[in-house]
Amino acid sequence: MLILNCPYCGVDAEETELSPGGEAHLKRYGPGSSDADFEDYLFQRENPKGVHFERWRHANGCGKWFHAARCTMTLEVFGTYAAQSLEPPKSIQKAISKKRPGWSWREFS
Amino acid sequence: MKRYSAFAVAREALRFHSGWERAWRSPAPKKKYDVIIIGAGGHGLATAYYLGRNFGIRNVAVIEKGWLGGGNTGRNTTIIRSNYLQDPSAAIYEKARGLYENLSQDLNYNIMFSPRGVMMLAQTQHEVRGYQRTAHANALQGVTTEFIGPQKVKELCPIMNIDGPRYPVLGALWQPRGGTARHDAVAWGYARACSDMGMDIIQKCEVTGVRQSGGKVVGVDTTKGAIDCDKLGVVVAGHSGVLADMAGFRLPIESVALQALVSEPIKPCMDVVVMANTVHGYMSQSDKGEMVIGGGADGYNNYTQRGSFHHVEETVRALVETFPIISRLKMLRWWGGIVDMTGDRSPILSKTPLENCFINCGWGTGGFKAIPGSGWGMAELMAKGHSPLTEGFSLDRFKEGKFIDESVAAGVAH
Repeated sequence: MLILNCPYCGVDAEETELSPGGEAHLKRYGPGSSDADFEDYLFQRENPKGVHFERWRHANGCGKWFHAARCTMTLEVFGTYAAQSLEPPKSIQKAISKKRPGWSWREFS
Repeated sequence: MKRYSAFAVAREALRFHSGWERAWRSPAPKKKYDVIIIGAGGHGLATAYYLGRNFGIRNVAVIEKGWLGGGNTGRNTTIIRSNYLQDPSAAIYEKARGLYENLSQDLNYNIMFSPRGVMMLAQTQHEVRGYQRTAHANALQGVTTEFIGPQKVKELCPIMNIDGPRYPVLGALWQPRGGTARHDAVAWGYARACSDMGMDIIQKCEVTGVRQSGGKVVGVDTTKGAIDCDKLGVVVAGHSGVLADMAGFRLPIESVALQALVSEPIKPCMDVVVMANTVHGYMSQSDKGEMVIGGGADGYNNYTQRGSFHHVEETVRALVETFPIISRLKMLRWWGGIVDMTGDRSPILSKTPLENCFINCGWGTGGFKAIPGSGWGMAELMAKGHSPLTEGFSLDRFKEGKFIDESVAAGVAH
């Protein structure tokens, strides 16, 4: 079972306590944007086999949204961080680079 | 290829079974093929088969990373039905169900198609209305389904408790010609027929790159060397995103794990397939007597092909309420497969931004039932550039907003 540490309340929450919220760091496009950008925002996903950044909600806990860095191939968790972050913290990026040299995910790597 | 028949069994019995041939060849890859299909699961092999049978394209290779039929084809709960809400889905799933009826004769391989009937339980008022709507839609589409009341449900499946405390059975959408088939046999039967047509099935050969020149696909790099091709079909389910990345385009797909489990074998106790979408569980009894149980999918991206405990608990808990008889059963095996989910829960059978490269993916939690129809449509698409069966399922539909919205019609279970 997946266990993620909630960065707000500090609880090590089990999967059943959490709600998955899909890919993180999506750039939002709305009225006035191009069709391609809007399609990207709504539907296109990275879906990597490896390092992934995603949103979770501590639904049966403090109720807050946060971000997690996780490997979709091994279910290893590299770290969790606040939902207000525009990109994963350097410390987490470094930790990932150490374990998965050469990883890439959109503009972060 | 020697045909399988009752006579062949008798003949081999008389000579200590020394005359059986290998069902398919395992050749080394040639330098070039007219068509390469990546993925030797049901959909990939069916595509190759109908390319050969319907369009005479036989210089075909089917490349497989693992072993033939070892992905979702060998991991599903073998349910076949076509009671979908939207017209394009009903058309392709009904085509598939129709082809399943005669597939054993067609392939000369017993796929054990058993049209025992599929019922989707309505356990809330919302579901009752939803399935009545689907039954009406199916009537217009020419798919034989019927909305039946709780008494008929009990008659068809006596082991069911229809007055459950939480979710009493209020009725069901009944498709009498739905059922199950032997999933491995579907892959093996297609493989044998493809091999017989001279196609090469290359197992344990992973594609590591898609070679292109001037916006067109020219071949693939594999662990067994580079292979050229005129046309490429990508039919790899959960790993579609990985292949699309190699080919240089993106897909509106997320891969998640879906799991299933089987119980110890027991005496025959139910001869229909029952799906309960409100509580996320579905069950049928295999010919061996095992209860085949399917549950919900993970909500997060996952490539691990493993199950997780809490889904098993949720699924079994839900089913025990409706089927009290299973409460003391031991579960024997439990597994997960990686399914490729699209936003509207409908598949993608489409041309791609890379010319001569076609993709067939996004079947999500319901690919097995569609194998013959999917192969039929995909083969036509690859051979002729368009197919009435696959028209609505193009990649463009996400940009254009022309969704084939089955998330409500199909719910979770497939």
